[in-house]
Amino acid sequence: MKLPSPSSAEAVVAITDLSRRFGPKTVLKDVSLYVPRGSVFGLVGENGAGKTTLIKHILGLLRAETGTVRVFGLDPVDDPVAVLGNVGYLSEQPDLPGWMRVEELGRYAQAFYPNWDKAYAEKLRAQFGLDPAQRLNTLSKGQTAKAGLLVAQAHRPKLLLLDEPSSGLDPMVRHDILEAVIRTVADEGRTVFFSSHLLEEIERVSDQIAMLHHGRIVLCGSLDEIKARHRRFTLHFKTAQLKPPVIAGALSISGAGKEWTVMCNGARAEPPSIAGEEDARIIEDRVPSLNEIFVAHAGTAVA
Amino acid sequence: MQIRIASDDGVPIYIQIVNQVKHLVASGRLAPGDEMPSIRVLAEQLTVNPNTVARAYLELEHTGVVTKRNGTGTYVSEGRPAMLQREKIRILASRADALLTEARQLDVDLSEVVKLLRERNAVMLEEEIGK
Repeated sequence: MKLPSPSSAEAVVAITDLSRRFGPKTVLKDVSLYVPRGSVFGLVGENGAGKTTLIKHILGLLRAETGTVRVFGLDPVDDPVAVLGNVGYLSEQPDLPGWMRVEELGRYAQAFYPNWDKAYAEKLRAQFGLDPAQRLNTLSKGQTAKAGLLVAQAHRPKLLLLDEPSSGLDPMVRHDILEAVIRTVADEGRTVFFSSHLLEEIERVSDQIAMLHHGRIVLCGSLDEIKARHRRFTLHFKTAQLKPPVIAGALSISGAGKEWTVMCNGARAEPPSIAGEEDARIIEDRVPSLNEIFVAHAGTAVA
Repeated sequence: MQIRIASDDGVPIYIQIVNQVKHLVASGRLAPGDEMPSIRVLAEQLTVNPNTVARAYLELEHTGVVTKRNGTGTYVSEGRPAMLQREKIRILASRADALLTEARQLDVDLSEVVKLLRERNAVMLEEEIGK
């Protein structure tokens, strides 16, 4: 498969041929990806695809068994201070000291982040509607996510890393998180890497994506290019078909009777050639959503 | 400026923005000389990537819908470029298609539909005079 050109100077994260096993289970296999500076990079994949394991490698929590991981050109395992000091990280379950009050978060976080911006932290706190006197262990799930986001953002990191940030949160909090993503990239030169299984979110805010399926990258590159490479046709047959039509280059075919929908990966201008079938016409032809592309690949990527 | 993005219908988001701005201009909800929100503000409002908004603005600039003024921002173009007339026609064409489809299903032929349009227009004019 084609990878975006690895211009290492511009790659905030560069991963090459990373594989990882946990016992007999292969969690990541030959993963290569490059996150360009200033981009919003969306990592998609179903639960258990290896997203969190990949993120742990970027954070230096796991050492690459095979392959290399570089963040800002450095090895995050060998150089954790230089790497983590410039990364803002929000996990699915932010790990914050529960006994602490919201207003004390700054003092806590300043210990890790020398660039902590007090004024910005206060601005975010007010914007997120967090009560300064409230203890962290009494916050709702949504408020906890916001507190985690505040800690991840207030030192203005070069790289904001979000692992399933919207998981299980209501639409209002999800909106706040996406807004934070936008704000971060709108600030000159900052980069966001985030994983999600909510493809609508990824499609909205990302310019680069990678699709992880059973530990392998099945798609990687600019969202626009990936979308332009796919087409979704609906065919109408004169007579009902008992089994799916045979179509060259189809990623997936679904339907029944007279109407079948085909997802194709290839040149945009070409309609699908239907083997041995003259009695079909194309009744719909459009660019699929990321969700449709994902489903088509997830269905065929495992042999 | 109210724009709504549907992220799951396959139409690229920058094209959705372009089409909706054109629609707002054609329908008069955005007037010539109105200032467009900055790329950053619109990106945050819609929660879409700023590059996507930038691309939409570039496209709108190329087609003459908006004009960038040195350093101050982006404004809806003065005057009425030919494109806007085309855009109005495009909006009406989709309505016309819907009307014709319905007429066909009800087995009403084209001359009847045209006659009906003239009648309705006459009624509208009368009502306007009556006010």
